[in-house]
Amino acid sequence: MAHTNDKYYVPHGSHWPIVGSIGLFIMMIGVSGWLNGGSVGPWMFAVGVAVIIGMIVGWFGNVIDESERGIYSTQVDKSFRMGMSWFIFSEVMFFAAFFGALFYTRNMALPFLEGGSNNFFTGLLLWPGFEAMWPSNGPAEVGGTFEPMGPLGLPLINTVILLTSSVTITVAHHAIVNMHRNTVAIFLGLTWLLGAIFVYLQAVEYIHAYHELDLTLESGIYGSTFFMLTGFHGLHVTLGALMLFVVWIRVLRGHFTGSNHFAFEASAWYWHFVDVVWLGLYIFVYWF
Amino acid sequence: MNMHRFWLAAVMLLAPAGSALADWELNMREGVTEISRDIHGLHMLIFWVCCVIALFVFGWMILALVLHRKSRGVEAAQFSHSTKAEIVWTLIPVLILIAMAVPATQTMLKIEDDRNPDITIKATGYQWKWEYEYLDEGVSFYSNLARTSNDARRLNSGIDPASVENYLLEVDNHVIVPVNKKVRVLITSNDVLHAWWMPDFGIKKDAIPGYINQVWFRAEEPGIYRGQCAELCGQDHGFMPIVVEVLAQDEFNARMAAMQAEQGIDTTKLAAN
Amino acid sequence: MSTATEHHADHHDDHGPELTGIKRWLFTTNHKDIGSMYLIFSLIMLFVGGLMALVIRTELGQPGMQFVSPDFYNQMVTMHALIMIFGAVMPAFVGLANWMIPLMVGAPDMALPRMNNWSFWILPAAFTILLGTLFVPGGAPAGGWTMYPPLVLQTGDAFPMLIFSVHLMGISSIMGAINIIVTIMNMRAPGMTLLKMPLFVWTWLITAYLLIAVMPVLAGAVTMLLTDQFFGTSFFRAAGGGDPVMFQHIFWFFGHPEVYIMILPAFGIISEIIPTFSRKPLFGYDSMVYATASIAFLSFIVWAHHMFTAGMPLTGQLFFMFTTMLIAVPTGVKVFNWTATMWKGAMTFETPMLFSVAFLFLFTIGGFSGLMLAIVPADFQYHDSYFVVAHFHYVLVPGAIFAIIAGVYYWLPKWTGHMYNERLGQVHFWLTTIFVNLTFFPMHFLGLAGMPRRIPDYAVQFADFNFIATVGAFGFGLSQLLFVYIIVACVRGGKKATAEVWDNPRGLEWTVPSPAPHHTFDEAPVVK
Ligand code: HEA
Ligand code: HEA
Ligand code: CUA
Ligand SMILES: [Cu+2]
Repeated sequence: MAHTNDKYYVPHGSHWPIVGSIGLFIMMIGVSGWLNGGSVGPWMFAVGVAVIIGMIVGWFGNVIDESERGIYSTQVDKSFRMGMSWFIFSEVMFFAAFFGALFYTRNMALPFLEGGSNNFFTGLLLWPGFEAMWPSNGPAEVGGTFEPMGPLGLPLINTVILLTSSVTITVAHHAIVNMHRNTVAIFLGLTWLLGAIFVYLQAVEYIHAYHELDLTLESGIYGSTFFMLTGFHGLHVTLGALMLFVVWIRVLRGHFTGSNHFAFEASAWYWHFVDVVWLGLYIFVYWF
Repeated sequence: MNMHRFWLAAVMLLAPAGSALADWELNMREGVTEISRDIHGLHMLIFWVCCVIALFVFGWMILALVLHRKSRGVEAAQFSHSTKAEIVWTLIPVLILIAMAVPATQTMLKIEDDRNPDITIKATGYQWKWEYEYLDEGVSFYSNLARTSNDARRLNSGIDPASVENYLLEVDNHVIVPVNKKVRVLITSNDVLHAWWMPDFGIKKDAIPGYINQVWFRAEEPGIYRGQCAELCGQDHGFMPIVVEVLAQDEFNARMAAMQAEQGIDTTKLAAN
Repeated sequence: MSTATEHHADHHDDHGPELTGIKRWLFTTNHKDIGSMYLIFSLIMLFVGGLMALVIRTELGQPGMQFVSPDFYNQMVTMHALIMIFGAVMPAFVGLANWMIPLMVGAPDMALPRMNNWSFWILPAAFTILLGTLFVPGGAPAGGWTMYPPLVLQTGDAFPMLIFSVHLMGISSIMGAINIIVTIMNMRAPGMTLLKMPLFVWTWLITAYLLIAVMPVLAGAVTMLLTDQFFGTSFFRAAGGGDPVMFQHIFWFFGHPEVYIMILPAFGIISEIIPTFSRKPLFGYDSMVYATASIAFLSFIVWAHHMFTAGMPLTGQLFFMFTTMLIAVPTGVKVFNWTATMWKGAMTFETPMLFSVAFLFLFTIGGFSGLMLAIVPADFQYHDSYFVVAHFHYVLVPGAIFAIIAGVYYWLPKWTGHMYNERLGQVHFWLTTIFVNLTFFPMHFLGLAGMPRRIPDYAVQFADFNFIATVGAFGFGLSQLLFVYIIVACVRGGKKATAEVWDNPRGLEWTVPSPAPHHTFDEAPVVK
């Protein structure tokens, strides 16, 4: 319900959206050209990315500035919160597509290829001798023999790291509500640091996969689902850690109050989302 | 473009359904298998059910449109709820739907019963032709769009399609099958998706590279039946028809033996099954 | 629902300085400006997509290949569908939402106005890229709007452009949808409880939810296509353990809700218009809301009805047949409620009402053919034939497009302050309705007689109905020129419209003057 006593707030015009669109346009054309083997593609892509980064810095700078000047009403704050939660929901659905692919290939496609269900002749005539197992790179063993990534070792350490970071951010949250600025700074700093370590370890894990396990993006459906799921997750961890870093800088600069710290909460929600996705990954990609 | 066709069309559309419509193909074919007749029956059943519902719903709307217009000087009533009515028009459609789902499910069960086929043919889609392999007889061949059609379908070929017999529905090599025998078709593809559609047998199934789908039919009338690829497969998707010739058993045997001889297949070496 | 609005004549402005010139459109945060841009964009896209439809219909006018190559034909079919769906219908509904939802819930603007502007301005970028594919080596995508692999992987340089333009459309829709949900949930005027909201707002709330749920799934699906093509993944390759059919599952998990995304806001518009011209409250408001929610729920569990011929196991086929048939029930509730609204009313037939009544009849016909398609054994015959083409054009053209046209006539006086030319509007209605049936009705017969879809040339027995459809399509297209003329004339002048415009309509939008001032509801109205 709207707040009767609060005056509505409508922000004035801004050039950032159109800059963002131009950036996206250049970036998408650039990456298309790049993939098609053109020589200007990578450069255009870089320009597009630069424009978008500029847009993000400028736009968020604007918003932070307005927020610090205290011109946002509680209603605006609530709009931001709702907007962020729905954005996270859309991200959940993006991952759902890839998890869906994982479930489908494991439980439907591979058994079909073996000759299961109504695909008796698929196995008999096209892929004789193929047995559906997981991990698998398919009946033609696309990408050659490989070793799967086990749940112990680095992935386990990464799980512990993310779970710990989820604790530290919660501590930071309680601290910010009670305005213990130093505690916030320490625990928020720890959180993004853990995020950075996670990303680093994942890079190590990938190198291990490519060099020692012969496990690559091209290793059939196992390689596809493994790298796409963990890869997109890693990208989101990077983004989340960046968000936390920015919020951390703002905390150091004395931004936020006990009741007004939307950016903090948005990043924290995002961090929890990344965390939960990881648990799903750990269970379904590494474990079973 | 002949003008008479336009006027013909206009008149046809306005004229009440009469005998003149007979040579305009309007409806689904009954086909020549039990399944295709079942499907046709289902189609007519749902069609008439929809017609009855339409009669009722549209009748009600038209009545309202005629009776309750302001120009007739009526006052608008102000009611806006009736739980009773809401329940009625929720429940009755549910019942109608159940009545349609039952025969549909029965037909599905029949279609899925692919036990004990008499003969098995593997059909493989290519861009843009079909390959047929008779798994037990050892015979195989490709089936391309007939030359006459292929010449006429070139851009601005100058050939009137109407002058070509079975335009776009003729191939160089027909599939042959015996009449009244359960024929199993294993459908797959070598490149992109295709679909094997034979309207007279009530069959349509996608051809998927790396997977095999199966269908079966038992054609009851000898004759030549025509269908087309029914899944977009690139530029010549419209030009890879399917022709099946249903033959009496002895004629089938003779043609098959001739093909085997032609392809140099040693029939004694074929597996007994 | 009675309303008391307080207008402060001397309301001061905290929207910042008014932008002028081109900046007004580029930098705007005003929901009315953004709504207008969406609507204009959509109209342009309707014409671009329609022109492509005319290329299709021209080639199909008679048997034989006369005008285009088969590959170009496929490019036209693919682009026609993508442009109509993502460029014409969806932006039109978002445009109407932008204009009307703040007015209907008594909000001064959308909740996140800058993001609103960005959602719009991504669209021209996306469609420039998509249309640009027509000029790259290999031509535009030609694999159908459904983008099934492996065929779509044969696209030339257009391939990554197709993928990325779809990503951009997705980003735009998701941001637009977030904005709409937040506006509805957070910006309602005091007293505007959920169950007092106009149905257009309700249907859009649910549509926005569908959008956020499924656009990311489409993004995921096309991303997998991209990596299969360029980075050696095996999602859709059997050899590596993937499955081309898996793409279809993921695509239709998006695709089916997508078709309801294109019809639920239409339901909302119709539910606004019919009560106004029947001079009677909407019948069964609550059940309309529940029916909309049920349709949205069911839309997530019916997707595989587009894949009955793909070879799913029997249980799957039956499950999806039953769930699909169930959708007829809530949709029926809506149709019956609209009819009951008209019943015992005092109807007049201005242009918006005419289009709405035509919607009732013709959408229902499209719904019936949908129900026929849901019957699996029968779908073995219908699938990928012109019967399907007839079905979806009935629900999309005299369904979605008619509702959009009706909405435009209904609210045009509120936007421009002028009445449109009613007589021309009626002419436009009759021409459109006659030609739309002439175009699409014969397609039922073609499909039943065995004509496959997505073919540039056909056997001669299909010639007559195809010819009729082509004549209809040109007539339909020409009639839309009249529509543009009416709109332009109405923007430029015409009889002054009152605040109410129509005879005692319900809703907050009719309490503000016509044309609606650039800023409305700076002070929240109180809804009792
Ligand atoms: C606005 C878009 C829209 C809408 C609303 C619908 C509505 C429905 N659609 Fe449609 N559909 C499409 C757009 C839409 N569709 C598109 C674009 C495609 C093709 C995609 C492609 O392949 O390119 C398609 C394809 C399609 C198929 C796949 C066909 C095939 O490829 O083989 C099926 C199959 O089940 C189907 C079913 C239905 C059903 C059951 C409904 C139901 O929602 C209809 C319900 C309505 C009614 C039934 C009428 C009113 C009800 C009553 C008056 C009550 C009483 C009635 C009864 C009890 C019968 N649709
Ligand atoms: C909202 C969606 C939408 C809309 C509005 C339309 C509108 C139209 N569609 Fe389309 N269509 C689809 C969605 C839509 N379609 C989809 C999803 C497919 C499937 C694609 C696939 O298979 O992948 C399809 C496929 C499709 C086909 C099948 C192609 C094939 O399978 O081979 C055909 C064939 O006739 C067709 C025709 C038309 C026509 C004549 C219109 C008309 O209503 C258009 C009318 C508009 C105009 C004509 C433009 C306005 C006027 C001018 C440009 C001025 C100039 C005019 C003149 C000089 C006359 N469409
Ligand atoms: Cu082969 Cu279409
Ligand atoms: Cu559907």
